[in-house]
Amino acid sequence: MRDIATSQTILVVGGGVSGMTAALEAAECGKQVLLVEKSPTLGGRTALLYRYFPKLCHPTCGLEINLRRLKGNRNVRVMTMAEVVRVEGRRGDYSVTLRVAPRFVNENCTACGACAEAVGAEIPNPWNYNLNRMKAAYLPHAMAYPQRYVLDASIAGTPDAEKARTACKYGAIDLEMKEQTLTVSAGAVVWATGWKPYDAAKIQPYGYGRYANVITSVEFERLADPHGPTGGRIVRPSDGKEAKNIAFIQCAGSRDENHLRHCSRICCMASLKHTQFVREAYGEAARSTIYYIDIRAIDRFEDFYRKVRADRTVKFVKSKPARIAEDRASGDVVLHGVDTEGYHRYAAQHDLAVLAIGMETAVPLPQDAEVFPAGCAADALDVNRSVQSSTAAALRAIQVVNRAARAES
Amino acid sequence: MSAYQGDFLKEVEARVEEGEWVKMCMQCGVCAGSCPFGPHWEHSPQKIFMMIRAGKREEVLTSDAMWMCTSCYNCVVRCPRKLPITQIMHGLATYAHRLGLAPKMQPTRRFSVTFWSNLTRTGRVNELKLVLQVYFRNGFAAGLKEFWNMRRVGLRLLAAKRMNPFELVFPHRCKDAKGIQRMLAKACEIENRKRGFSQ
Ligand SMILES: Cc1cc2nc3c(=O)[nH]c(=O)nc-3n(C[C@H](O)[C@H](O)[C@H](O)COP(=O)(O)OP(=O)(O)OC[C@H]3O[C@@H](n4cnc5c(N)ncnc54)[C@H](O)[C@@H]3O)c2cc1C
Ligand code: SF4
Ligand code: SF4
Repeated sequence: MRDIATSQTILVVGGGVSGMTAALEAAECGKQVLLVEKSPTLGGRTALLYRYFPKLCHPTCGLEINLRRLKGNRNVRVMTMAEVVRVEGRRGDYSVTLRVAPRFVNENCTACGACAEAVGAEIPNPWNYNLNRMKAAYLPHAMAYPQRYVLDASIAGTPDAEKARTACKYGAIDLEMKEQTLTVSAGAVVWATGWKPYDAAKIQPYGYGRYANVITSVEFERLADPHGPTGGRIVRPSDGKEAKNIAFIQCAGSRDENHLRHCSRICCMASLKHTQFVREAYGEAARSTIYYIDIRAIDRFEDFYRKVRADRTVKFVKSKPARIAEDRASGDVVLHGVDTEGYHRYAAQHDLAVLAIGMETAVPLPQDAEVFPAGCAADALDVNRSVQSSTAAALRAIQVVNRAARAES
Repeated sequence: MSAYQGDFLKEVEARVEEGEWVKMCMQCGVCAGSCPFGPHWEHSPQKIFMMIRAGKREEVLTSDAMWMCTSCYNCVVRCPRKLPITQIMHGLATYAHRLGLAPKMQPTRRFSVTFWSNLTRTGRVNELKLVLQVYFRNGFAAGLKEFWNMRRVGLRLLAAKRMNPFELVFPHRCKDAKGIQRMLAKACEIENRKRGFSQ
């Protein structure tokens, strides 16, 4: 399969907004691009946001534009369910190993969903950060690209798989598919493998994993989303009660020598945005409190911060809470700490605590080969800055393949 | 001292153990909220660090706050900046004491002074003497009363051979008490030189 890519090809690893951008920028300059994504769909974590700051638009807009560009460009070849496991070589001459997982569904799929109806088994739904379960034959989410179902490997060889196969009118279910390992060549590699939320359970005093009503900001995005586990109702996990009085705790895992040293940059803006989700849901009855060390709403985001500051449903407490306890009777969370503005001690009760979780790189950069990091694989960035970073990475990659082309001719 | 005129932070950095860490505090409040003694302090560590930066020399050094630290290390394990808070508290207490600014009657300070002189004499802590010194610190009558209150514990310690009355007259010594004293004197000398104390 070496022929799908040559030393003229730019390999982009990761199909989030960063990878898509890098791939498109290079392809629109006439370069051959192979875009490789580990999961069954492009879009990455941006697709799992309810709305994005600063304009509070739905991620659909941004992703849809990119998907349209992608469909209209013959220079990009997309592979999903393909994980890059190894990169070797040097500028102009890389050899990359891919592990391609079986989807068990071929191009005939029309995304009608008959297979999902036929299948009985359910698995945790990673597209909702495992907050609910989904059928073991699924489409990741409404924006999924390609719009093609996946049969989860856990039902391969079970009667459920057979049921799915017979239910499909288009002959799209192919149970013979196997995992494959491929090696491809590339002239330059853009590394856009993105980020992952820091493991909240490691922040012991905050009780994530011990108290049902302590959740992370990425989970909160899913709660607010109509496609999420609660159909967009902001309710708390313990008892389904409406969560109107919510504590947002900043720097959960970031700026902390015991966890991540860096400022994740996004989480202040994410929490500011989240207060507006609460307001949207509950109007004047909403009660959001942001517990912070200092608010980092950089450059033009300052306007958004001002706007939220002026919102009467939002309160700001300058303090990093020392710990969270649970009120057994009500299931409420109780935050303990001291307020830096006046050094008042507080024990504040809330319906729900949302940890503004830190971001860390999802996959370390390859050790033995030079690649161009893009987006959140390079640093904790918002979508806008990820796109800028990816365009820069694409430009560097283009220079490398141009040089390789000149050397060959 | 005049070298630090108006800059208490610089003074702390130069003369207090681990004092150079104070400027690393970002005022998040985690230590203040984590201290089990929190509500009983005059000033929390967080506040003390801010007061140092604000140049509140008198208020910090005469405060009883740092004497309240029980060395539980709760703040140290949680501080996002990994400040050695407990050590700084003890450093500040020692410094205030050396300058003669520490509150005279603060119980922890008094106990520390008693403990130190007891220990350095023979190179071993004489527990019996220490207990008596502590009991009688507020006068003879108060001492007798405390003694009487604790008589059962005392008798049991005697029965279990955990306390020996002869220790009062023939105290246990370490093999080379003089050697220990010389070591401590040397350590003090180095410390004084480093921190700029003239003995
Ligand atoms: C709570 C929260 C809210 C946020 N809200 C906003 C917002 O409102 N506005 C905003 O601008 N930003 C927001 N962000 C930031 C935003 O999510 C990121 O900027 C964006 O996701 C970065 O995209 P990316 O493509 O770099 O990474 P990702 O979205 O993580 O994409 C990386 C992709 O690479 C794939 N991949 C990983 N490893 C491999 C491999 N070995 N082989 C192949 N593929 C691989 C992954 O499957 C994934 O699809 C928010 C972040 C958080 C934490
Ligand atoms: S962006 Fe805000 S919440 Fe996130 S680490 Fe930085 S200061 Fe903390
Ligand atoms: S926990 Fe550390 S950084 Fe936070 S206020 Fe206390 S000393 Fe300062």
